[in-house]
Amino acid sequence: MAQILGLPKLSPTMEEGVLVRWTKKEGDKVSPGDLIAEVETDKANMDFNVEDEGVLLKFLVKEGDTVKLGAPVAIIGKAGEDIASLVASAAGGGGGASAAAAPGPAPAAAPAPSGKAAPAPATQKQVPGTRQQATGNGNGNGGAKATTASAGAPPQMGVEDSANAPAAQKNAVSSEQRAAQGKGPIPRAGTPTPQQRPAAQAAPGKLLASPLAKTLAIDLGIDLRTITGSGPGGRIVERDVKQAAEGGGAQPSTGNGHGEPEPTEGHAAEDVGDHQVTQAIAVRHARQIVPEGDGDYEDVPASNMRKRIASRLTEAKRDVPHFYLMRKLDAAPLLGFRQRLNDLLGDRGKVSVNDLIIKAAALALRRVPECNASWQGDSIRRYHRVHIGVAVAIPDGLVTPVIRDADQKGIGSIAAEVKDLAERAKNKQLKGHEITGSTFSVSNLGMFGIERFTAIINPPEGGILAIGGTVDEPVVGKDGAIVAGKRLTVTMSCDHRVIDGALGAKWLQAFGELFEKPESLAL
Amino acid sequence: MAVISYREALNQAMREEMDRDPNVFVMGEEVGHYNGAYKVTQGLLQRFSERRIVDAPIAEMGFAGIGVGAAMVGLRPIIEFMTFNFSLVAIDQIVNNAAKIFQMSGGQYNIPIVFRGPSGPAVQVGSQHSQALESYYAHVPGLKVVMPSTALDAKGLLKSAIRDENPVVFMEGETLYNTTWEVPEPTGGADDLIPIGVADIKREGKDITLIAWSKMVWTCLDAAKVLAEEGIECEVVDPRTLRPLDVPTLVESVKKTGRCVIVEIGWPVAGFGAEVAYQMQRHCMDSLDAPIERVTSDDVPMPYAKNLEDEVQPQVKDVVAAVRRALYLE
Repeated sequence: MAQILGLPKLSPTMEEGVLVRWTKKEGDKVSPGDLIAEVETDKANMDFNVEDEGVLLKFLVKEGDTVKLGAPVAIIGKAGEDIASLVASAAGGGGGASAAAAPGPAPAAAPAPSGKAAPAPATQKQVPGTRQQATGNGNGNGGAKATTASAGAPPQMGVEDSANAPAAQKNAVSSEQRAAQGKGPIPRAGTPTPQQRPAAQAAPGKLLASPLAKTLAIDLGIDLRTITGSGPGGRIVERDVKQAAEGGGAQPSTGNGHGEPEPTEGHAAEDVGDHQVTQAIAVRHARQIVPEGDGDYEDVPASNMRKRIASRLTEAKRDVPHFYLMRKLDAAPLLGFRQRLNDLLGDRGKVSVNDLIIKAAALALRRVPECNASWQGDSIRRYHRVHIGVAVAIPDGLVTPVIRDADQKGIGSIAAEVKDLAERAKNKQLKGHEITGSTFSVSNLGMFGIERFTAIINPPEGGILAIGGTVDEPVVGKDGAIVAGKRLTVTMSCDHRVIDGALGAKWLQAFGELFEKPESLAL
Repeated sequence: MAVISYREALNQAMREEMDRDPNVFVMGEEVGHYNGAYKVTQGLLQRFSERRIVDAPIAEMGFAGIGVGAAMVGLRPIIEFMTFNFSLVAIDQIVNNAAKIFQMSGGQYNIPIVFRGPSGPAVQVGSQHSQALESYYAHVPGLKVVMPSTALDAKGLLKSAIRDENPVVFMEGETLYNTTWEVPEPTGGADDLIPIGVADIKREGKDITLIAWSKMVWTCLDAAKVLAEEGIECEVVDPRTLRPLDVPTLVESVKKTGRCVIVEIGWPVAGFGAEVAYQMQRHCMDSLDAPIERVTSDDVPMPYAKNLEDEVQPQVKDVVAAVRRALYLE
């Protein structure tokens, strides 16, 4: 049976992609694993491999179109199959896949990324009161069998303990258990419910809202990001959306003094079906990102990468308490060392100052492992391996490919790896795993004549080292005489939740020793 | 329209159905000469003789099995358990024979039997006699499970159960026998029946849906009164039948209110309310403003002491607290 292929998630953070190129034609036969298209994600150009066998009956998007995650891109099936209804459902349910005309459809009702079409019906087909006569074994919940099976066994919360506790145990009925059973004392201000614990606070940038609040926000055309939630953990609930609709949240609580929500009457009459929700989201989305402009300026639509950079860095700069440690280092020994290495290498390659800095940073993290760490909300995660992210500028933005286990790699192999990754980054050929998982980053603007700068931490890393250029300057020698020297300034940005000042200084000291005695990098 | 008790409603239902169909008979402990342990079969022996009102020995497995066999050959037995706690020794006949013979005989034998009796905790009758076992039976394909909360529902649903061609587990509220409700005079027509599998809205409201059956309907109605004083309007929906469950009616209510509290007198783990909660989240996802709450008995065997017995079971204050949580009023 023909089915719609949705755009799969090709990078961990991908929300939409640009279909760069179809590598197959309509009518081509494909087998699982075949490459059918290249997709530009927020990070890199990725391969879109098909998971099913069949014939590509129709492409639903053009090359160059922006497509939401999960939105229909093609129809696969048997040759000659009638796909008119699928085309219609893709166009209707998906809100049109062409971003050129209207930006992409929302994923809600679009087929799952696996390409399975036909979502389950929203309401169970069960005729109340139909009595089972002797002719059928229709006992039970009608269509419930399939839906129950698909849900599997939901995890039990809380009640497990009480189920296992010996029933006769004196204190068997703890307040926790009572809460889990929906019974017993009302949580007071002093006894936080699980949702109120800080750990359950919304992760940075993550928006918590009840499904009804979301539905209502779409109906009323309200941006949930502008609303402060009054529910547990900051969850936006119906009353918050209504209040915002009435007057930007300044509305005093109405009526009888306890600010109870007032559910809309007739809400049930509206069919808040998947399809409608999708359409509504698509319309809102279109409103938000259509570029506008008059003669005095132009609005350049942001690429996926640009949007990703914007949101990630805003989040990082806003949520991570940065502080900065600066240190001016003697670059002469390192430059000499590099020269000797390159002489030895001859035409077998080149080692850059940056390669040596990557190695030095990795070894410094090995010496001060407390800095190879990340803030986890209520704990600090210390990484056992050292993976260095290397910021690489590319025409449309930047990426941070990762040198894994940089502390254990030789300088030559680091150099070769950086060269390969940087080249492929410029061609947008990096794979997802090559740009994720770094535990610390290095960013170098020395080659642009920058003396020193501060970098924004790349979460969840605990720090980043910003490298300035080598500067010729007068320095006071050992004997007090002023001599010509070479100096390079590094600036460490630290996440204060993980790294305190003294700890950062200790790391920078270790880094400085390695940098100024570069032979130790070869040990 | 007469106001009658739940007990009287059940009695009327059996009497009317036995008048209507000579194949209907009652069997159980003390149903005849003693007029029923809870007097539900009062007067039936005099009216229908020992041939149709059969006093059984204390042997639930035996008389439940005789009932299944009788149903296989065309009679319509009503098997009374003195309480459903004692059905546990007959559960093999109910689950492995009554529920399965129709399917296993390839449709040759249907089992038009009713297993009925009081269920749920009463007052200080001890752990073994204070259990709500509806989740056990609602789990079994091949059974229908009916749990009326009012005299009206009890009468109309018992009549439907007796006429049903397949096994019905009819669980009466042990503490509801004296409750009263308006019940219309029988017409002899279809109006006398309440169909199995249809929920009933016991109170309308717009703010939150309370789903409960049997005695907990009354607890929810009391809680709704308390909450109404604060301006919170609860809709109390009584599925009346757990299996088959009238999902559409429940869904419609939850979609309207956006919030749901499920109240049952059984234990929390794998209680039927968990199935209801699953169905509600499955079908009402985009309408829910708060997690679905469940109010259940505590996860312990019933204590004997009166104060503890009350505390273990869902009370009005527990329902009120759950409603307030679901409305973010805590």
